[in-house]
Amino acid sequence: MPARGYDDVVLAAPVTVPYVRFSIRGAHWFLGRALAGLLAAANIPKARIDGLAVASFTLAPDTAVGLTQHLGLTLRWLDDVRMGGASGIASIRRAARAVQSGDAEIVACIAGDTNHTDSFRRNAASFSQFSQDTVYPYGSGGPNGSFALLTAYYMRAHGAKPEDFGKLCVAQRNNALKNPLALFKKPLTLDEYLNARLVADPLRLFDCVMPCAGAEGFLVTQRTTAESLGLPFVRLLGAIERHNGFADDPIQDRGGWALDRDALYAQAGVGPQDMDFIETYDDYPVINVLQFEGLGFCGQGEGAAFICANTFEVAGTFPFNTSGGQLSVGQAGAAGGHLGIVEAIRQLTGQTLGARVPNARHGLVSGFGMINYDRGVCSGAAILAAARV
Amino acid sequence: MGEPAKRPKRKNPVLRTRLPTLPPAARSRVALGLTAAAARGRLELQVCLDCGAVQYPPREVCRDCLSHRLAWRSQDGRGELIAETTLRNAQELFFRERLPWRIGNVRLDSGVNVIAYVHKNVRPAPCRVRVEAALDRASQAVLIAVADRGRTDMADDPRLREMTCDPHGRKILVTDGKTALGQAIVHGLSAAGADLIWIGEAEPWKKASGFETLRALPQAVIVPLDVTDSRSVHQLAGEIGGKVDIVVNTGDYHRTFGIASRHGVETAQLEMEVNYFGLLRLAQAFAPALIARAADGAANAIAWVNVLSIFALANHPPHGTYSASKAAALSLSQALRAELRPAGVRVINVFPGPIDDDWDQLELPPKLSPNALAKAVVDALKGSVEDVYPGDVAQDWLARNLENPKALEREVGGKAP
Repeated sequence: MPARGYDDVVLAAPVTVPYVRFSIRGAHWFLGRALAGLLAAANIPKARIDGLAVASFTLAPDTAVGLTQHLGLTLRWLDDVRMGGASGIASIRRAARAVQSGDAEIVACIAGDTNHTDSFRRNAASFSQFSQDTVYPYGSGGPNGSFALLTAYYMRAHGAKPEDFGKLCVAQRNNALKNPLALFKKPLTLDEYLNARLVADPLRLFDCVMPCAGAEGFLVTQRTTAESLGLPFVRLLGAIERHNGFADDPIQDRGGWALDRDALYAQAGVGPQDMDFIETYDDYPVINVLQFEGLGFCGQGEGAAFICANTFEVAGTFPFNTSGGQLSVGQAGAAGGHLGIVEAIRQLTGQTLGARVPNARHGLVSGFGMINYDRGVCSGAAILAAARV
Repeated sequence: MGEPAKRPKRKNPVLRTRLPTLPPAARSRVALGLTAAAARGRLELQVCLDCGAVQYPPREVCRDCLSHRLAWRSQDGRGELIAETTLRNAQELFFRERLPWRIGNVRLDSGVNVIAYVHKNVRPAPCRVRVEAALDRASQAVLIAVADRGRTDMADDPRLREMTCDPHGRKILVTDGKTALGQAIVHGLSAAGADLIWIGEAEPWKKASGFETLRALPQAVIVPLDVTDSRSVHQLAGEIGGKVDIVVNTGDYHRTFGIASRHGVETAQLEMEVNYFGLLRLAQAFAPALIARAADGAANAIAWVNVLSIFALANHPPHGTYSASKAAALSLSQALRAELRPAGVRVINVFPGPIDDDWDQLELPPKLSPNALAKAVVDALKGSVEDVYPGDVAQDWLARNLENPKALEREVGGKAP
C-alpha cells in the first residue's frame, strides 16, 4: 500500500547559525541560536512553537528533553532524531505527519553541534558499539577510513577516477564561493584537488569533509499557517527513508534509495527529470555518486559517466549542492543532514545566500547517515516544490 | 622469515624517554569474547546455536534468527580482501605516532565482513587472505589479514611487530637459571636472538648440572638473585632494572604434598615464598622500571612472563599446597597485568602440565620436556598471546576447565591419595 501523501504540509524559515571551525560553546548554544533564528524569521513568539525535532551529536548528557527545559519550551510534540546525516529527512517525515494529524501546529526542526578541539575524536571513538568494538581500534581513522574503503571499492568495481570525484568537489567549491556562510573561501582547482595530500588512500584532503560547529533549522507546518504568518514556503511532495537496506551486499556500493525511489517519485507525482537541482549528503564525494545512482539520475555503476556528461555548478546542466555542500561549507555535526534542506528551501523561495538556480520549481534533497559499522545505514530523500509551480 | 629487527641504537640518555600511548581499549562485554580467544592465540567468532549463522561484529542476539544462543567457535578465517586503504592520519596518539596503517575490509567465507589490519606481505585488494586474531598493545583482540598461503610472521611487518614481544634484540632477565627449565629457556632465548640475558642464581654454592654451559653463551650474564630475599631482589633491580625489556619469572619451588600427608606448614610456606611472594617481590622491584621504559623506542620494556602450572586452574590434591601457591601466583599475575596494561607491557602466563622432572615423577605421561616448555615460552613472546597452555595435559585440563570448572575439580580430586 503506498504511503499517504503530505497534502498541504510545507517547510519554511530557512535558518543557518554561521559555522565556525572550533567553538568554546556547547551544542545548546548553537541549537538555541537556531531556534531564535526561526522565531525571528517567522516573526512569532516562542510559545507558537508546539513541536520540536532535534538532531545533535554533542548534546550529551542531555537529550531533546533536556533541551526543552534549557530553551524554555513548552511542547506537545518532541522528537530526538539521531540518524546522523539522515536526520534532516527523518525530521521532515516525522514533523510532517505530526502537523498533518494535528499533533502539532508548528514544528521547529533544528540540528546543530559544537566542535571543541577534541570533539571529533571523542565522537569517533564512541560512535557506535560496532564501531567501538571492531573499527575504531584499527588505526582510529574515523569516517575517513570507512569512506576510503567504500571509495576504493567503488573505483575498482565501477571504473571511477579521481578526476570524476574531483569534478564534483571543484563544482561545489565554485558554488560555495558565492555563499557568504561557507567556511571555504578560496577557489579549488582540479590540480589542487588531485595533488592534495593523501589522507586515507584513495581519499585526499579535499575528499574529506571538515568538521565544524554550527546549526541549521527550518519550520514544518500547514500551508494555511504559513500563509497566515506571511511566510514564504515550499511544499513537501514526497519523502522516503530506509534503514539497513541491501544489508547482504558484501560492501556498500549502493544505499537504500533504490528500494524506495519509485515510491518517492510516485508520491511526488514528478520524476528525476523534473528536478531543477539536487542537494545530496556529501561528506565524501563517493556518496554523492551513490545518491545520483540510487535516486535514478543514472544507472547503478554509471556515476562516472554521468559526471563526465554534466556540469554541477548552479548554472550547470545538473545544479548540485548549490550552497557548496558540506565539503565546502563545513560539516556542523548533525546539521550536515539539514544543510541541503535549508538550501533547497532558500532556492525554492528565492531567499538564497549565494547563486540561485533560475526558475527552480522542484528540488530533491537526500540524506545519508551513520557508518554504524562498515557502511552507512540510513538513507532518505525528499522532494520539495515551490509554492506555485 | 623476513629480516629480523635491527639492533636498536643506544639511546641518548639526555633525551626524554617517551611515555607510552595505547590503541583504544574500550570494548563491549560481548566483544571481549574475541579477546578471550585471542589471548590463547585463537580466532573465534560467535555462531548461532539455532540457525548456524556466523556473527560479526559481536552481538547479543543472532543477526538472522534473533536467537540469544550465540557461542564462540573456532574459525579458519579464510576470505577475500575486498577493499583496503592506508591510513595516513589518525585520531588517536598511538596510531598517529606510528603512521601509516594498512587496513582492509575482508569478506569471510562464513558470510560476514571484518575490518582488519592487512599484513604488508598481502597483495593489493582484491585477493584471498586468512584472518588471524592477535592482541594489540592495549591487550585487546584485533584481527589481522595475512597471505592465504604459507606462514606469515607478524614480525615481518613493522606495525604488527609491536603486537608481539619478540625476544630478538631484547635484554631479558630469567629469574632462576639453575633448573633444567630455566636453562632450557635461556638457551631458547639465546637462539631467538636475545641481546643480553641476565640469569638469576640463588645459591651459588650448589652445583647444577648444565648450568656451567650457560656461561659459554655470548649474551649470558650470571647475576645473584634470591626471590625469597627482598634485599637481593631490590639490589638486582637497582643494578639492572632500568635496562630489562622482558622478565621471565621461572622461579619454582615444588614439593608433592597434600594436607594430611605432612605435618606443619614449613614446606607450604617455602612454596609460597618462591612461587607467590617471589613474584610479588619481583613485581614490586621491576614493574615500575618496566612501566617507565614501556615507550623507550625500539628497545622498550615489553613483557613479563610467569611460568605457572596447570595446577593453578584447579587444585591437584597430590600437589595440594603447590597448586595453592601457583593459584596465588595466578591471582597476583592478574593484578600485575592490570598494572602493566596501561603501559602496554604484556603479562604472559604459561600453564604447563607435568614436566619431566623429579617432582612430577609420579605424574603419568604425556609429560612436557623442559625444552618443549622453553619453546612454548619463546613462541609466546614471538607471537601475540597472553595465556599459554603447552602440552597435551595442559590442553586437556584447559578444555575441561572451560567446559565445566566444577567437573574438573571433581575429576582431579578423585585421584587424591
